[in-house]
Amino acid sequence: MTLRNRQNLKLAAVSAVLLALIGMTVLAPWLAPCDPLAIDMSNCLAPPGRAHLLGTDALGRDVLSRVIHGGRASLLLAAAATSLSMCAGLVIGIAAGYCGGIVDAAITGVSNIFQGLPGMVVMIALVGVLGSNTRSIILALVLTSWVGFSRLVRGEVLKIKAEPYIEGMRGLGAGHLRIILRHVMPNIRTNLIILFTTRVGRVILSVAGLSYLSLGIQPPTPDWGEMISGTARRYFRSAPHLLWAPGICIILLTLSIHVLGDLLRDRLDVKQDAVKEL
Amino acid sequence: MAILTYTGRRLLMLIPVLLGISLAAFLLGRIAPGDPVDEALFRIGVEFPTEEDRAEMRAQLGLDRPLPAQYLDWVGRALRGDLGRSYVGNRDIARELMTRLPITLEVSLAALAAAVVFGVGGGVLMAAFHGTWVDTVLKALSTLLLSVPGFWLALFLITVFAEQLHLLPTSGLDRGLASLVLPAVALSAANVGSTSRFTRGNILAQLGEQYIVAANAKGLSQKAVMLGHAFRNSLVPIITLIGNYFGGILGGSTIIENIFAIPGLGSYVLSAIQNRDYPVIQGYVLVTGATFVLITLAIDLLYLAVNPKIRIQGGES
Repeated sequence: MTLRNRQNLKLAAVSAVLLALIGMTVLAPWLAPCDPLAIDMSNCLAPPGRAHLLGTDALGRDVLSRVIHGGRASLLLAAAATSLSMCAGLVIGIAAGYCGGIVDAAITGVSNIFQGLPGMVVMIALVGVLGSNTRSIILALVLTSWVGFSRLVRGEVLKIKAEPYIEGMRGLGAGHLRIILRHVMPNIRTNLIILFTTRVGRVILSVAGLSYLSLGIQPPTPDWGEMISGTARRYFRSAPHLLWAPGICIILLTLSIHVLGDLLRDRLDVKQDAVKEL
Repeated sequence: MAILTYTGRRLLMLIPVLLGISLAAFLLGRIAPGDPVDEALFRIGVEFPTEEDRAEMRAQLGLDRPLPAQYLDWVGRALRGDLGRSYVGNRDIARELMTRLPITLEVSLAALAAAVVFGVGGGVLMAAFHGTWVDTVLKALSTLLLSVPGFWLALFLITVFAEQLHLLPTSGLDRGLASLVLPAVALSAANVGSTSRFTRGNILAQLGEQYIVAANAKGLSQKAVMLGHAFRNSLVPIITLIGNYFGGILGGSTIIENIFAIPGLGSYVLSAIQNRDYPVIQGYVLVTGATFVLITLAIDLLYLAVNPKIRIQGGES
């Protein structure tokens, strides 16, 4: 088997796992055997059995149904926040790299400050002050991750801008917008996709961490991070199944995203240091 | 001389970052929901304030002045070690933070040490055994570590090492080094994963360079080429990366302190968040931010030891 074939096979396997997990969360209302919010106090902390395949939690809610629903909120949040950071980073990075001069200096100064802030600390403080709702979580995530994108984009734009063909385009009378859209963007696409992949994995872990601190997804909405903090943490000694199911889901999700990022990197043959190992 | 230039430049670069951190901490107090005037009046027992009460309190709190003046005032007091008093318990925030900071630092530095030892060590091993099963297994392991949420790992480690094997304590810090092991491992896991991957990639990139061919050609042993040449030259980016991770470790320690019942900064800020005790949150951001900056500075000064270019020319940036 050639290297290419083996890569394809791995890529297909990882994509299948990822699609299965995403499919599970998207189709959750149809897949879940029970209502994830239905409380049954007569049947709490039941071990895995026939009625409840993964047992029940401290409020008698079906763990399997909660696990199936548990990715919805955080996946959506992670995808939205990372996309927003990418858009912000793209615009700011192109502005810095393409305009150069004082614009570049100002943006670089501001990004240095943002990079100097410890991300998780800012996130906890911001969500803690503004209250844990979707808007403040997304704001906190975007504020702490746009710099990664804008630095990458700026570096790439600087490199592309120096190419002779860009000068040629200018000579032929192409406008700035045309050069940015038709020549700069396609060149940074692959790196951006890879950075997006690794960032989504990171952001999912951050959201899970926030939910664990009860600053993220709020109960009773089923969420993997919240499930681990809510009931699993108090009862994991007597009911370890509460810890396993949501934990394995988070790990499987982030692991497949990371492996996908690695494979894309190998496959698309990225040489840029900026995204080599993140 | 070059050393002084480099150190001076690094110190100058601290100023905007410290300004940014103080601005972020200050603004946190301003964007907080609720009117601080009403809350301050409520705390001294005035439940139904008149306009006069409010105007007086506003002037007393300095909130009638323009925002930049308020900021300068706040920074000035913070520099003198006055971060105000907490809403809950009316305690001196700066003193409370300072008694808790060493505890958080102990846990975070232990985690940083673990990330350096296992991350760099694992990366060197992977590079040395590049292409063999050792590399494959360690690489898979490091990707797995990167994907495990720290809080889950912490609970898992407690179950295995504390509950089942009774080797290590489940919480607190009263058993010295033994009680630091689990928090440090849980806190550093993700960083061990990324550091080892990064180290591996960097050393492998160095191994493709011309000077490695030269070193091999003059008959140096594999070990000497690996450690003396490839590893040495890949150290600079690795040190930068590890410095950046410290910010993540400081933030992540909030979660870990919560799990292991460690009375550090993290558990303080979490209870402050629950009580809407905004001055404490501001102080937390200021103190952790400043700590992060100082530790990164200390790590950056390590460049002087590993990078002769800086010792001689003063470095680029």
